Amino acid sequence: MASVSVQSRDYDTAAEIAALTAGRTDVGAVVTFSGLCRDDGGTLEALEIEHYPGMAEGEIARVCAEAEARWPLQGCRVIHRHGAIPPGANIVLVVTASAHRAAAFAAADFLMDYLKSEAPFWKRNRRRDAAAGQPEWVAPKADDADALDRWR
Amino acid sequence: MKALYFAWVRERIGVAEEEIEPPAAVATLGELMGWLAGRGENYAHAFENPAVIRTAVDRLHAKHDAPFAGAREVAFFPPMTGG
Repeated sequence: MASVSVQSRDYDTAAEIAALTAGRTDVGAVVTFSGLCRDDGGTLEALEIEHYPGMAEGEIARVCAEAEARWPLQGCRVIHRHGAIPPGANIVLVVTASAHRAAAFAAADFLMDYLKSEAPFWKRNRRRDAAAGQPEWVAPKADDADALDRWR
Repeated sequence: MKALYFAWVRERIGVAEEEIEPPAAVATLGELMGWLAGRGENYAHAFENPAVIRTAVDRLHAKHDAPFAGAREVAFFPPMTGG
């Protein structure tokens, strides 16, 4: 059963991995994906992430259930932050655990592809240069839609 | 029924959520966007290109031809950019 959190506060990646494997001796592989805020060549002051409360958690849980149906996972943890996130800070964490690495890698890859396109979050860039005006909404990438086709 | 708007759809309309009472002839989400677009310049701007707007009924993704009868909550938003 996956565990999903949508929160503004930061998280401790090592603690999340430890919690997923605590007291277990059957886990052979843990894969972690950490999404961080990049500074866009030094121009970004912060990412502002808006979300749809309730639906965001629900969609992530639905995608986790799909991953658990496709691969033999022993654990699945997803955390997605919202609010203002400065360069270098955490945005999203996916941790998958399985007996063998192939399933853990594939499930984490699948989860990120689906999160990007199906979970109701919207990013906008707040620039350091005040002359840049209002923060601009990030446009979805065509690559992200293509990435989903790999799993169909 | 509650209507929710997110990201630039919310900004263009000027509110994050509101109660709406569309007429009975408005049955699908696509028709609902057309009805909303007629409510003022801000709505017309938000829904000027409905093909790019994503829609949800009671917090589940739904296509534009989906009916919304009985829904508690409908939502309109741009393509998502999380992760």
